[in-house]
Amino acid sequence: MTDCIDLAAPEPVFQEPWHAQAFALTVSLNESGAFTWADWVGRFSQTLKQHGLSKDLDGGDDYFAAWLETLEQVLEESGAANPAERDDTKAAWTRAYLSTPHGQPVKLPDQSSTSSISD
Amino acid sequence: MPHDDHPHTVLPSDPALRVKTLETILTGKGLIDPAALDEIIDTYQNKIGPQNGARVVARAWDEPDFRAALLEDATAAVSEMGFFGRQGEHVVAVENTPERHNMVVCTLCSCYPWPLLGIPPGWYKSDAYRSRAVREPRKVLSDFGVTLSPDTAVRVWDSTAEMRYLVVPMRPDNTEGWSQDELARLVTRDSMIGTGLALRPEELE
Repeated sequence: MTDCIDLAAPEPVFQEPWHAQAFALTVSLNESGAFTWADWVGRFSQTLKQHGLSKDLDGGDDYFAAWLETLEQVLEESGAANPAERDDTKAAWTRAYLSTPHGQPVKLPDQSSTSSISD
Repeated sequence: MPHDDHPHTVLPSDPALRVKTLETILTGKGLIDPAALDEIIDTYQNKIGPQNGARVVARAWDEPDFRAALLEDATAAVSEMGFFGRQGEHVVAVENTPERHNMVVCTLCSCYPWPLLGIPPGWYKSDAYRSRAVREPRKVLSDFGVTLSPDTAVRVWDSTAEMRYLVVPMRPDNTEGWSQDELARLVTRDSMIGTGLALRPEELE
């Protein structure tokens, strides 16, 4: 039932590496003054509320999905990472993964430039 | 996308790629330092956890002066032990008594006393807990296997970005003369959220 609190679920600190990365990115940005924690909580709870309208959130993957979406929005509004930059960089990472032989470290072709990664 | 024999590296999940993307962009602009991210993850994965809060509770059980200071101004009392809120939040300690049991929730999201308890468990972040803790705390407690006397009132505290709560559970009987290290073993994470009680000596493994 949706009202069940799942106490049997295993509880690593972070279930997935990307949860930890998203968490650390946000804490780091807060500590360097990009936003106050109160602002972050306000934005994040709005996203959680919207996501929770359509389904019952379990506090795991869906929690960090809301977290990541909020972080993308906040960085878009501040101009730190706009959608075009995100699309370019994500496409570059995707190409890098798909063209790197299994077992080798995956790197972007040009890591010094983030705004104009292209083929 | 064909994935017959994985000649190339397996593509991470979409959210994993999106996080990596943000990290690349922000690093390129000098807005974050990847080493600082590693430090944050290491801290929360390995160094901060309920053992911190347990030391605070055990000390409060053992030292009446510290207990008074903790209840008066927990932020100051726990900073003295080296536990600081990285987000500048205040900590309030709420003490369980035979008359009142305290329980903590964050109805908005998942505010939690990180320096004392680490990262909250999944159930603390779930809609089920967040919505039910306030509405039907006794039922939630019984899901956790806790049955209180009908004479004990339940007080639910709703955390915010600025205010985080630490429940000081009741000290179990038959622990007179125990050291603070021994007492700390009785203090579970859930007992400091208020969804559990401190272990009785016979429950220790």
